[in-house]
Amino acid sequence: MKLFSRFKPQGGVHPDGRKDLSADRPIRVLPMPERLFVSLQQHVGAPASPVVVVGEKVLKGQLIAASQGNISAPVHAPTSGHVAAIGDYLAPHPSGLPAPTITIEPDGEDCWAALDVPIDPYALEPEEIAKRVAAAGIVGLGGAAFPSAVKLNISRKTNVQTLIINGGECEPYLTCDDRIMRERAAAIVSGIRLIQRAVGCTEALVGIEDNKPEAIAAMREAAKGTDVKVMPVPAMYPMGWDKQMTRALVGKEVPAGGRSSDIGVLVHNVATAYAVHEAVALGRPLISRLVTVSGEAVKIACNLEVPLGTPAQALFDYCGGYAGVPARLVMGGPMMGHEMPNPYIPVVKGTSGVLALTHKEIGQPVPSPCIRCSTCVRACPVGLLPLEMAAHIRVGDLNTSVDFGLKDCIACGSCSYVCPAHIPLVHYFNFAKGELAAKERAKLKQEGTKKLAEARNERMEKIARAREEASRQRAAKKAAQEAAKKAAADAAAAAAPQQEATA
Amino acid sequence: MTQYLLLLLSTALVNNVVLVKFLGLCPFMGISKKVDTAVSMGLATTFVMTMSSASCWLLENWLLAPLGITYLRILVYILVIASVVQFTEMVVRKTNPALYQVLGIYLPLITTNCAVLGVPLISTQEHQPFIVSLLFGFGSAVGFSLVLALFAGLRERLNLAQVPSAFSGSPIGFITASLLALAFMGFAGLVSH
Amino acid sequence: MFVAVASLTTLGLILGLLLGVAARRLAVEGNPLIEEIQAILPGSQCGQCGFPGCAGAAQALVAGEAPVTLCPPGGRDVVAALALKLGIEVDLSGIKDSGPQIAEVKEELCIGCTRCFKVCPTDAILGASKHIHSVFREACTACGKCVEACPTEAIAMRPVPVTLQSWYWDKPEERLAA
Repeated sequence: MKLFSRFKPQGGVHPDGRKDLSADRPIRVLPMPERLFVSLQQHVGAPASPVVVVGEKVLKGQLIAASQGNISAPVHAPTSGHVAAIGDYLAPHPSGLPAPTITIEPDGEDCWAALDVPIDPYALEPEEIAKRVAAAGIVGLGGAAFPSAVKLNISRKTNVQTLIINGGECEPYLTCDDRIMRERAAAIVSGIRLIQRAVGCTEALVGIEDNKPEAIAAMREAAKGTDVKVMPVPAMYPMGWDKQMTRALVGKEVPAGGRSSDIGVLVHNVATAYAVHEAVALGRPLISRLVTVSGEAVKIACNLEVPLGTPAQALFDYCGGYAGVPARLVMGGPMMGHEMPNPYIPVVKGTSGVLALTHKEIGQPVPSPCIRCSTCVRACPVGLLPLEMAAHIRVGDLNTSVDFGLKDCIACGSCSYVCPAHIPLVHYFNFAKGELAAKERAKLKQEGTKKLAEARNERMEKIARAREEASRQRAAKKAAQEAAKKAAADAAAAAAPQQEATA
Repeated sequence: MTQYLLLLLSTALVNNVVLVKFLGLCPFMGISKKVDTAVSMGLATTFVMTMSSASCWLLENWLLAPLGITYLRILVYILVIASVVQFTEMVVRKTNPALYQVLGIYLPLITTNCAVLGVPLISTQEHQPFIVSLLFGFGSAVGFSLVLALFAGLRERLNLAQVPSAFSGSPIGFITASLLALAFMGFAGLVSH
Repeated sequence: MFVAVASLTTLGLILGLLLGVAARRLAVEGNPLIEEIQAILPGSQCGQCGFPGCAGAAQALVAGEAPVTLCPPGGRDVVAALALKLGIEVDLSGIKDSGPQIAEVKEELCIGCTRCFKVCPTDAILGASKHIHSVFREACTACGKCVEACPTEAIAMRPVPVTLQSWYWDKPEERLAA
């Protein structure tokens, strides 16, 4: 048996995993909180638009907001109850800006809406599976929150042959994927087979980091008799990055700016596969997810199944509250997650963990100048030069940083993690990407307004011309009339003497 | 042939017009913020210096010396240099308006670049033959361009460095220039007579 | 004495003649730079710079008669682009850039006089007579013409609101260890 895959991952770091805090805690279901704040922007793309009104009674799994446009996802009621409010509420976003949210007051009955359960889910047409996945509001549960059905459709059209199921979970602290693989392996394998059918691919590889032997064993057991292959990969960060996982499993690299489908690969997270099984085989939309609650400032670290829209505070409360005052609350993993300004931020589809960290765990050393030690270059999984990019961004030369490959940066934070000078490298990159996107938007707007201005000028000229033309015509008409009048008068004058003469 | 090559080498590197003779420091500090601009400036100066070296030699030996009016040398040289610069300016403006804009005042100021006047004067002082004078002018200009491009490259990198605020900008530029001059001293003895 | 004067004069004449011929041959018709500059400017012809439209401003910029900071709707980005094109150094930190702005109609003050949308260079204001007007965010260049035209001061410029889609991280502040 091959212990490791043949292919060597590039770059990466080995942060202290801290997974022991919660890895051995079985999944528990969080009791229904008092209120659910279901964000309409839980995915990449356009926010969903509400299809319910305030005061309306909703059932568990009922559609409450429909997807808008090509890249979007619908949102369902996580439990039965009534809609208490529709409006802006705290959103899990680093900006702290609010997002459109539907507030639901649970009635405690947790009563399911009528579910559409197919007789044989594995006999459904591929298009039908993708349609059901889209209708269930499934997005990438690894954290990216990209609508899964869009990926399925692209992959089916581009004839993808290899399905990779990402069980990397490389972020420290997080153990929810580990637990779901240990406890619900059969459902995951079923989800994988459904995705395989939806895409029409023959090969399915499950990549799991070798620091999760129990998960590997459970998945191997569940995959027996299917063509799903479970492959251990070396534990490192960011192994859970889809392109790193692809490189580790099939040895192919996704071209810069490209998608996995360009090299015939589709990558989905294990939790997404589970959600696909729930949605297609059982007809249940995505209304809850597994969340790891961890960190030294939490009394008992847990893995919880949480209804979407639950405020993080409810999770901490269930875990026995804080052990001391947390120095920082984080949603997501410590590497790529973001700080929560307050603990009332609701859980969304992409939330893999909520962490309460102590001072000791975060450490906020003051940055010192770069000495070009190039530790970050070795750590970068994409093979970029973080030090050069950051230096150019610091002096405001964003275009050169793009030449150095800024657009390929995945903001994994490996460079910031290893930097001995504690330079906030990934912060620089996030800033530069945002600034460039804003510039791009401004440029598009300028082009648009320029066209508008030109169109208006043209129109004004046309109107002026038409007016001129009209006045000229009027003048001509008047002149003609006058001429006719004059001619008539002349004729009359000419006729008068004749009459006189004849008289 | 070797002699000419050695001449080129010695004027460009060993007796570098900027870093060893300390001529033409004004554009050296002024047009060295970006490598692209520095290279263009170097090319323009190379053209002017080579042309003026040649024409100054011709005027010196065919006009000034025969007529015994060598006391007008500087005046005549300046006149020629100014004309060549004017001509270069027209060409640059026609071929590359953006570069023309970027070089701005420094383009007409090639006239007052002391290296451009200094090189023909040195050449005359040493009674060099025509070919040698031409190569001397060209070699010096190459040396000037080389140093300008090198220094612009250094400054582009310096721009990224976190320099103490008291030193940022020109001060660190001068320090770097002195280090570059020190480095060029290493070429001394490369060509022995 | 005579030789010196004569030879210098001759030399001057010859060089002058040569330059004159060269100037004829190398004459530049128009200035292609003006067009490039005009492409950078917003093109809404708002006239806030004091020149007749963006073409006039571009000419003045190339002639060096106007500072690169002349365009208020363009903001800091346009200043940077102009400075780069013209090879001028500007200290961007000194320019007060209130960020991108758009016009906003205060509904309680609008009397529906239609004056503002008649002057809007980009057709960014929508409305009919005796109806409250509103501004298309995407088309407004914040040129300010409508503000001047409004008889009831119902229009004001305000910064473009930050949304979840347009928000991005600030530049990390430099606080180095001593």
